[in-house]
Amino acid sequence: MAPAKSSARAGSIEQLLDAKEIVIHCGSGGVGKTTTAAAAAAEAAIHLGGKVLVLTVDPAKRLANALGLEQFGNIETRVPNAAFAAAGVEPRGELWAAMLDTKQSWDDLVQRHAPDAATRDAILANPLYQNLMGRFVQSHDYIAMERLYEIHSSGTYDLIVVDTPPTRNAIDFLEAPARMADFFSSRFLRWLTVPARSRVLNFASKPFYTVADRILGSQFLEDIAEFFLLFQSMYDGFVDRAKAVTRVLEDRRTTFVVVSTLESAPVREAEFFIRELQARKLHLGAVVLNKVLPDYLLDRKATTSAKRMVADAPAIAEALDRSFGESAQIERVLREVGESFLNFQVVAKREAETKGELAGAPEVVATVPYFDSDIYDLEGLIRLGDKIWR
Amino acid sequence: MTPLLERRLLFVTGKGGVGKTTIAAGLALLASQHGKRTLVGEVDSKGNLSDYFEVPPTSFEPREISPNLFAMSMHTEESLKEYLRLQLKVPLVARIGPLARTFDFVANAAPGVKEVLTVGKFLWEVRERHYDLVVVDAAATGHVVAQLAAPQGIQELVKVGLVRDQTGWMLDILGDEAQTGVVIVAAPEEMPVNETLELTERIRTETNVDLAAIIVNRVLPELFGRGEEEVFERLRTPDGVAALEAAVGGPVAAVLDAAELAVTLRRTRAGHLARLREGLPPGTNLLYVPELFTRHHGMRATQLVATSLGEELGY
Repeated sequence: MAPAKSSARAGSIEQLLDAKEIVIHCGSGGVGKTTTAAAAAAEAAIHLGGKVLVLTVDPAKRLANALGLEQFGNIETRVPNAAFAAAGVEPRGELWAAMLDTKQSWDDLVQRHAPDAATRDAILANPLYQNLMGRFVQSHDYIAMERLYEIHSSGTYDLIVVDTPPTRNAIDFLEAPARMADFFSSRFLRWLTVPARSRVLNFASKPFYTVADRILGSQFLEDIAEFFLLFQSMYDGFVDRAKAVTRVLEDRRTTFVVVSTLESAPVREAEFFIRELQARKLHLGAVVLNKVLPDYLLDRKATTSAKRMVADAPAIAEALDRSFGESAQIERVLREVGESFLNFQVVAKREAETKGELAGAPEVVATVPYFDSDIYDLEGLIRLGDKIWR
Repeated sequence: MTPLLERRLLFVTGKGGVGKTTIAAGLALLASQHGKRTLVGEVDSKGNLSDYFEVPPTSFEPREISPNLFAMSMHTEESLKEYLRLQLKVPLVARIGPLARTFDFVANAAPGVKEVLTVGKFLWEVRERHYDLVVVDAAATGHVVAQLAAPQGIQELVKVGLVRDQTGWMLDILGDEAQTGVVIVAAPEEMPVNETLELTERIRTETNVDLAAIIVNRVLPELFGRGEEEVFERLRTPDGVAALEAAVGGPVAAVLDAAELAVTLRRTRAGHLARLREGLPPGTNLLYVPELFTRHHGMRATQLVATSLGEELGY
């Protein structure tokens, strides 16, 4: 089936990416962020040229394979021109892809900021470090932005398209660098890392720490203290870095693409995110509404026909030539087809309403129809990219 | 295996966008309608569980929203206060003010603290037998393992102290399959199926919690029976469309296009469903909830889900 023509476009990729170096895709889980980001990168590589990187977090296996991403470990891989040729396109530029490896990125960060080899090794071997970086949900947000900064400042790419990690709130990763800086300069941390003897004095005077000590046990507090004492040696480097990352996000060369389906929860999150971007004076490049049901489901005449097919199935079946099938069989088909149309129409109406409510961002809304199958190769990505950007 | 609603505590998880909250709400409603005093709690305090019952926003304090059904939302700071009050008898409740400011840092610095406060609250409700069943609209696939493994993690990291003492009974309830189970909500699409398979494995290897069921949401019904697809194909031809339009007295192309879309979607989803079935360990409890085509989520949709879950579970 040919997907319906998109009813609105985000403008051209040229318009969006004019003078931009970073495009960050965000939105709640399951809306097709990864695919949309990869499609934008492919589109840019084909039509704009230059070196384009898509930095992705957790792509579907088949998509990862299509991009040649067979291994984790922060390795940037070029999508071969043969893959473009197979899809019938000759790109003007190069498309590169990389997957984010959180653990590796943290280790790299420690390597970079540790004052000496002994501290570095002590941190990397610390069980709390493993635990903290693995479970600390925000650490993924931070490291994604950190990695972006790293790649951007290397100057290797003309354009970097980012797929953000699934966060509880899309806004989390925007705040991650600032929060990381806060965390490392917090009073609690400073308290934890003052020499043990003077802490005893503080300890008695502050009910909170008495509570903390009773809950967690002093040994655990000591463990944490040791860990952060090590970490504090990297404090300046970390805080400077977090600030630099924030500056890149705020820079005019960075733009955001908000991706959502028209289901209520993702839309609410998208609206919230758009408001936050505006409040922070960050650049909103486009809103992409993904997996939208086709417009023809709202057609009035078709609705009348569908209702008739359900209500008058016997008469209509009778009127048709027997070459189509037995009348009882045709009857069932007519009912099924009519009911199916009306069922999908219910959802299409809901989507249309939701879309109407998303009026906050005119001119930049692109609607992407439900594709009849999953997108798992370059051809599919190009088809999606064309739908959004051409 | 203990039947789903005979357990005391169910953690409902799933990839974002698959209908995790819908299923949690439906399970809780179903249980309450079968006479079980049920608590449904959302872990994300910014969630929208209350929308599924069309009631005012939930708070940490459970509130009866329909007969036998209580709802609450998790707030880790409130949970900490309650914990200090009930469990540790800390005589500082009145002076806990600075806690709020410093809480985030503690929770972040001591991995697992936030998670244990979340999971611990629900475990506490189970231990105290305040409810027959506690249904948790838990974190999404990415974070739920951290939550479920938190008591274990704390026990390993914290060698002494009151928190450690508390993890023992928590682990007993979590690890008892007669009491506790995880429900993974999946959708028959590529990424949800991948994540469900991965999570199934992680739950088995990284937690001691039993996988009670996988609920596949939004399963599309087979549109055509035997021989009917051929009839449809014949009606799709230009001659068929012309004949049908004459018989119906109006345009039918869009109606037929929609049916084709439904058939294609179903076929794609059936492929993912087959992949899910093949990838799961034998004996996994697999339940199906059909695509419901409702206008909005709300009480009516939740009731439909509860009814269809009831049919699957033999109620």
